[in-house]
Amino acid sequence: MTVVSIVLRSALCISFFAAASVVLALDGQIGIHDPSTIVQCDGKYYVYGTGGGSLVSDDGWTWRAGTAPPRRGLAPDVIHIGDRYYMYVAANIGAQPKAAVNMIWSKSLDPASPDYKWEEGGVVASSDGIEDSNAIDPGVFRDPNDRKLWLTYGSYFGYIRLVELDPKTGKRLNPNDPPRNIAINGEASDMIYHDGWYYLLLTHGSCCRGADSGYNIRTGRARKVTGPFLDNTGVDMIEGGGKLLIGSGGRVIGPGHFGLLDLGDGVQKFSMHWEADLDRGGASVLDIRPLLWKDGWPVAGENLREGTYEIESVRTGTALELAVEGVPVGGPRGRGGPGGRGPGRGVAGPSGAQGRGGFGRGGGRGIFGGSGGVIPAQDAAQVSANWPAGNIDPRLGNYLVQAQQKWSVTPAPNAGGYPGSPYFRISIAGTDRTLAATADAELIVLPAFTGAPEQLWRIEQLSDGTWRIMPKSIPNSAQPLALSAVGSSFATLSKFDPSSDKQRWMLKTP
Amino acid sequence: MNAFRISAVLLIAVASSVVAQVAPVTLSKPVTPSKAPDAEGFIPRWMILEPIPSRGLTQNIVREEVQKEYFPNQMTILPHDGDKVTVDGKELVWHAEDTKNYNVNLYHLAHALGKPTSDVLFWVVTVVNSPKEISGVRLAIGSNAASVWWVNGQEVISIYGDRQTVIDDGVSRRLTLKKGPNVVRAVIVNGGGATDFCARFLDANDKPLKGYTIGLGN
Repeated sequence: MTVVSIVLRSALCISFFAAASVVLALDGQIGIHDPSTIVQCDGKYYVYGTGGGSLVSDDGWTWRAGTAPPRRGLAPDVIHIGDRYYMYVAANIGAQPKAAVNMIWSKSLDPASPDYKWEEGGVVASSDGIEDSNAIDPGVFRDPNDRKLWLTYGSYFGYIRLVELDPKTGKRLNPNDPPRNIAINGEASDMIYHDGWYYLLLTHGSCCRGADSGYNIRTGRARKVTGPFLDNTGVDMIEGGGKLLIGSGGRVIGPGHFGLLDLGDGVQKFSMHWEADLDRGGASVLDIRPLLWKDGWPVAGENLREGTYEIESVRTGTALELAVEGVPVGGPRGRGGPGGRGPGRGVAGPSGAQGRGGFGRGGGRGIFGGSGGVIPAQDAAQVSANWPAGNIDPRLGNYLVQAQQKWSVTPAPNAGGYPGSPYFRISIAGTDRTLAATADAELIVLPAFTGAPEQLWRIEQLSDGTWRIMPKSIPNSAQPLALSAVGSSFATLSKFDPSSDKQRWMLKTP
Repeated sequence: MNAFRISAVLLIAVASSVVAQVAPVTLSKPVTPSKAPDAEGFIPRWMILEPIPSRGLTQNIVREEVQKEYFPNQMTILPHDGDKVTVDGKELVWHAEDTKNYNVNLYHLAHALGKPTSDVLFWVVTVVNSPKEISGVRLAIGSNAASVWWVNGQEVISIYGDRQTVIDDGVSRRLTLKKGPNVVRAVIVNGGGATDFCARFLDANDKPLKGYTIGLGN
């Protein structure tokens, strides 16, 4: 990072409002650069960036400007241990790469709390301007196995380094121990642990050039916290290796500064900034994406986008549908029909149905010959005339591409959200019939959407790429429950079980 | 229905015309006053009415079929073995049966009685005696083919179409079993070929419910 880019980072203080029809990055004021890991304090989400950047959110979806911490340095990171929030924030203390990482701590991140008071903790890492290190961009990591605390830091010049901290104080554990070199060619390092592996996340590429920024987040893994961190091709990150986690795509360019957001029950997300969000004038903004795992490697998931979906149970392979009699796409047909001279002729159905007909060499097409034209997709307008007017139960059924099986999933306006996404309404496509939770923790499809919280749905991608679907609230209940397949043909709401397929759903384009 | 099944039906039809009827080997007359659910919680004892002609398996047709009155007090009756009702001028008999399997093979019963097995519906009923009130349970059934189920007079499950018996295919909403007798009643509708059903209760954790007995209300 250049001095110019640092100035640009510090000068960044922009607020944006998401376009109503776009579901990409977050909502509200999300302008930030070099975001820290998102941390929760007293039910709110906090994130800090370069130059005193600070955002706060009640739900992880809609953000607003927060209070700048007393140290307005570079690319802070934050961790919650015990009753303290430790913030590590770097500053240049001379010409690059002369820099230092300072620690400050507070018992609260909420400026309205009596516990909100930042204390200085001193320098935990530094670079003297000569050595092969630039001590900025700290990333703090608590090892879940032995509870040791580690700090990675560095930015392009020389090495990404690792030092051990004291989890009781947040300070350097043994200041005289030399740092370990673990990677090169990046910045914004952070570490996570998953299933026996330590993963080093590192941002490669250039920052601070708007839509010309080549930022991308890469990773390597090691069996020990100290490395070596090899990528999927076996290249050590200290020799420039790194498997891509996420790069530019769609309307956003230059992801950087990974931070893990673990929501429990196996639901993991990660935060980052985009160097340029093209829908927000190319500004740098915060984003949150699902973190998936495949073959032992982290994979960037997608927040749900508005669309029409088949909602298919992973457990049963059956699809959520309105409990009405389905009409075959293209209209009802008999088993057989005219022209029954083909290979399947003459076999009478046990229910008295006509024979199978075959392809029909005698002028008719038979059951296997089709109608001879394009059969249009079925929509609700074609078949819903006889659907009951009031509430209808949902159920699970064999998916046959019928109208009562296709669900429109759209963001609910002004209804808030959760980390990464707004709440959605789930309605039969082409109708106002809306899926809702009932007071007895079951499901119903209402004739119309009113915006009530039991009609709002939290839809999150799980680590295997399937989806968890939860109502915002259930009448008379505080227990969070998820859409669950309890039988082949029935769906209900029940407590999410990460080890089960019951609450895992696939959202397929119909 | 696949070709194999069609062939099987044809073979059975041919065989039935040349050999004597076979006993319903999976079914037997109850010899004890009550019975426990099996190891997987399936209800093994049922009262079954001889088959009634039916018109189809689609949702709308089945809804129409189950709303007909076939015989007096059909939604409340607790018949005895050998009781008779008259449906459309034909006398039909209730049969008390225990099944050896998780499922109740209606084809075996009807075939052994020389009754039709295709395009028919069966009324079945049993009584679950619960030692205490149990809330949060679900009735879970599978049926070949369509079926509609009631617990203590309330409809709790309906599944339609040409389908096979799959364990826990249809599952009710959470319900409460009252202390004492609870009546489970169903109509099983068959199109052609095999016809059977299975039923059990699941507890609040979706595990098979046990600890109750099954009688027939008499």
